[in-house]
Amino acid sequence: MRAGEKLPPLRKEAVTREQLAAYAAASGDHNPIHLDDAAARRVGLDGVIAHGMLSMGFLGQYVAALAGPARVRRLKARFAAMVRPGDELTCRGVVRTVEGGMALIEVWAENQQGERVTTGEAEVEIG
Amino acid sequence: MVAERSLIGASSAGETFEVAQDVAIKLAQAIGDPHPDYEAGLAVPPTFPTTFWSRLSIPALDEIDPARFLHGEQEYVYERPIRPGERLSCAARVVEVTEKETRLGRVTFLVVETEGRDEAGARVFTGRSTLILR
Repeated sequence: MRAGEKLPPLRKEAVTREQLAAYAAASGDHNPIHLDDAAARRVGLDGVIAHGMLSMGFLGQYVAALAGPARVRRLKARFAAMVRPGDELTCRGVVRTVEGGMALIEVWAENQQGERVTTGEAEVEIG
Repeated sequence: MVAERSLIGASSAGETFEVAQDVAIKLAQAIGDPHPDYEAGLAVPPTFPTTFWSRLSIPALDEIDPARFLHGEQEYVYERPIRPGERLSCAARVVEVTEKETRLGRVTFLVVETEGRDEAGARVFTGRSTLILR
């Protein structure tokens, strides 16, 4: 990895309601806004939205594939826009700095419209 | 509206959790992350500490309707890799509360810090969650 390098994208399959249910079961986050359209509408959403942590999980998958999961030292995500069932996310990244055996990588997930729905950064051990 | 500023310092009880390999595998499967190290018991997905949250209840936050929360930001810092099978002592605490005017109206931002320490007392991970309370 070198500073400025664009990393190969990771294209995820469309988010599904079954995936949100599986994520709720695996993570223990049973907030109904991810599972129940009526509950989501009660708080002003159009319908269920994906867990932010699922999108962050995609970014975790992305950096773990690049560096190895045990070499991820920091991962940060900002949930900039909502993700709904049917959205197809692509993870992308650019290496910002490489120093002292660590790379700082800007990462983000964009939807099928090219909108950056989750943005963040990671520090991974390299070499 | 609850008196949200009074939430600063609200914390969970300390809890000790095993880093269970089957939980790591279920989490990876839900994400669709095929990295072989999870099945092999060599590592856990980078967002693994999320699986501790539901068991680290902060009583003052539990009184609020969960549907009012949106997750704004999340950060995990790992001092060293989390190892499947190890036991971590974890706790969560509200460290910041701010009110802001946003396009959603007047909302409250809460920052919750979660930390996990190993049996030697060394810090293994720190989580920082920004929650938006509508």
